[in-house]
Amino acid sequence: MKIQEADAKTLLVAQGLPVPDWEVARTPDEARIAADRFFAAGSRQVVIKAQVLVGGRGKAGGVKLAGSPEQAELVASDILGMDIKGITVRKVLVGPAADIVKEFYLSAVLDRAARRILLMGSAEGGVEIEQVAAERPEAIVTVHAHPTLGLLDFQARRMAFAMGLGGHLRAAVAIAKGLVATMRAYDADLVEINPLAIVTETDGDGTTRERLVCLDAKITLDDSALVRHPGLEELRDPDEEDPADREAREAGLTFIKLDGTIGCMVNGAGLAMTTMDLVKRAGGEPANFLDIGGGARADKVAAAMRIILADPKVNAILVNIFGGITRGDEVARGLIEARAQQERDVPMVVRIVGTNAEEAGRLLAEARFDTASSLDDAAAKAVAASRAARSIATAGKAGTAGSPA
Amino acid sequence: MSILIGPETRLVVQGITGREGEFHSRAMAAYGTSIVAGVTPGKGGQRALDGTVPVYDTVADAVAATGANTSCIFVPASGAPDAVMEAASAGIATIFCITEGIPALDMVPAVELVRSVGSRLIGPNCPGATSPGSAKVGIIPGSIHREGRVGVVSRSGTLTYEAVQAMSDAGLGQSTCVGIGGDPVIGTTFLDILQLFAADPETDAIILIGEIGGAAEEEAAAWAAEHLRGTPMAAFIAGRTAPEGKRMGHAGAIISGGRGTAESKVSALEAAGIRVAASPTELPALLRDAGYKG
Repeated sequence: MKIQEADAKTLLVAQGLPVPDWEVARTPDEARIAADRFFAAGSRQVVIKAQVLVGGRGKAGGVKLAGSPEQAELVASDILGMDIKGITVRKVLVGPAADIVKEFYLSAVLDRAARRILLMGSAEGGVEIEQVAAERPEAIVTVHAHPTLGLLDFQARRMAFAMGLGGHLRAAVAIAKGLVATMRAYDADLVEINPLAIVTETDGDGTTRERLVCLDAKITLDDSALVRHPGLEELRDPDEEDPADREAREAGLTFIKLDGTIGCMVNGAGLAMTTMDLVKRAGGEPANFLDIGGGARADKVAAAMRIILADPKVNAILVNIFGGITRGDEVARGLIEARAQQERDVPMVVRIVGTNAEEAGRLLAEARFDTASSLDDAAAKAVAASRAARSIATAGKAGTAGSPA
Repeated sequence: MSILIGPETRLVVQGITGREGEFHSRAMAAYGTSIVAGVTPGKGGQRALDGTVPVYDTVADAVAATGANTSCIFVPASGAPDAVMEAASAGIATIFCITEGIPALDMVPAVELVRSVGSRLIGPNCPGATSPGSAKVGIIPGSIHREGRVGVVSRSGTLTYEAVQAMSDAGLGQSTCVGIGGDPVIGTTFLDILQLFAADPETDAIILIGEIGGAAEEEAAAWAAEHLRGTPMAAFIAGRTAPEGKRMGHAGAIISGGRGTAESKVSALEAAGIRVAASPTELPALLRDAGYKG
């Protein structure tokens, strides 16, 4: 689960990391009031940042500076409601604009191959780290945290010196260790600070000093661990979650919407991906990834059917079940029940093999379902059904348009 | 011989009195697996599976009393990493963790402990393994197998069943089928299993079933290119149509920052001389094309 920058910063602060002050505003008015406070505290400029869970906010015009509270209000009214990669901006972060001396990159991520937390740092901050990694891999410093002890002081020091942060050693070590601590405290997959920056801060009396701070923050949480962090589940942004995604999550289904016309219902993630791949190979476009999981019963099947049919683009459904823990007859009963209740009838091709497949076949035959025996055959039939549905729809429209008034 | 499990397997089931644990223990016993013990803390002294299997409070007790050498874990996600560490600490050589939904960072110290005592962990979030004709550990339906000499390794569950069924239907029997699990942090990788198959005199050909995410297929392909040139192999990769940045059901199945794509895996396998099927049903034909005569 991705969380907003402002929420990520809250978690970093809770772990003792240095993050410049900020406020979240939902209206231009709130943005002006927040900016007013920062100007009163001595800021000469504030930054207004769109809070959306997609990259490239800056390029899309979602990050802007303002020189007065009134300008902050104007800028916020521009950004609020803006569409960034299909997502409407509903919140902005307002904070004092940093006087940056130098930018760095620092992140902690789970390294699957090493089965450890990997810390990555670079003196080239504020840019896409993937680009740095591809062009100048030597500019990235890495170290693996110990699997049980976490990041050790000497590892953090080595990292800091290699990144050119020797002048801010104490802060750099604390931040590096803090990233690993943050990962472990909240079960994050990724904690990324880009940029980590040396900034010049001016006190009320005009004296200046340099400080190493986390200017931006990105945190991705492990979905499997949310159950033990009830507070973090609340950070899920309802504005950015599709209603179908929510219904699927609440029904215990794994659902990912795609752009095609053939709805897929499968048990098991690998087989669900394969079913999508075979639909595509047969000349169709999958409308979704949907894994009903192991041991799914009739009610789960009915929920899955509702979610698939809620997508108006779906004009055919492919059900592919390889029974192991899942019993084929349970799925067949669920399908029969779901079809009796559904408001929209679309052609459906069902393939059920494995545990209790014979009973499933008998039930489906009685209920006059279109069935298939092999996976390739099922995909081909579903694609044909989708094409037929589309040509009927097109013919219907053409007929209406051509008929005399 | 086969790999990981066989006639020598003496299995302890951790979580044998739970719903899943009991159901699958019955299937494993029916397949002919020697289940010597069960473990459920607080139920030591009871007997499971209609009185045929003694239950112990701890894995150490079960090992001391029965000489168990292999474990299968059906413990819920909150307790599964501890169950893995308990099995390793009790001297279990081969540990299968079936449990799904374990927080990834919980597995980091567990995998480290397993490694430090010299045990082997398969999974978590895996279907287990079958050595057709001798033993089955986990949840793979026994009926799909056929005895033979093809080794099968996969990151998936039901997709593995699909591929194995296609193999059996085509008359290609298996030496051992292993599901290594779909999580980001797993105990045993494709590479580890390829090395075991390479050393197994009863495995003559290998099927690898991968999916998007991570770089384990690429790593295995690089090793196969050097060490398995003479072994007939074929592969399948799931997720050619998966969008970037979305977790496709398995916690580990995600393309991020352009890495972990199906294209990358397919080209690494093909560069190693391993043909990649467009559908699991094509695997038997590809394996025969690669020179397998079985």
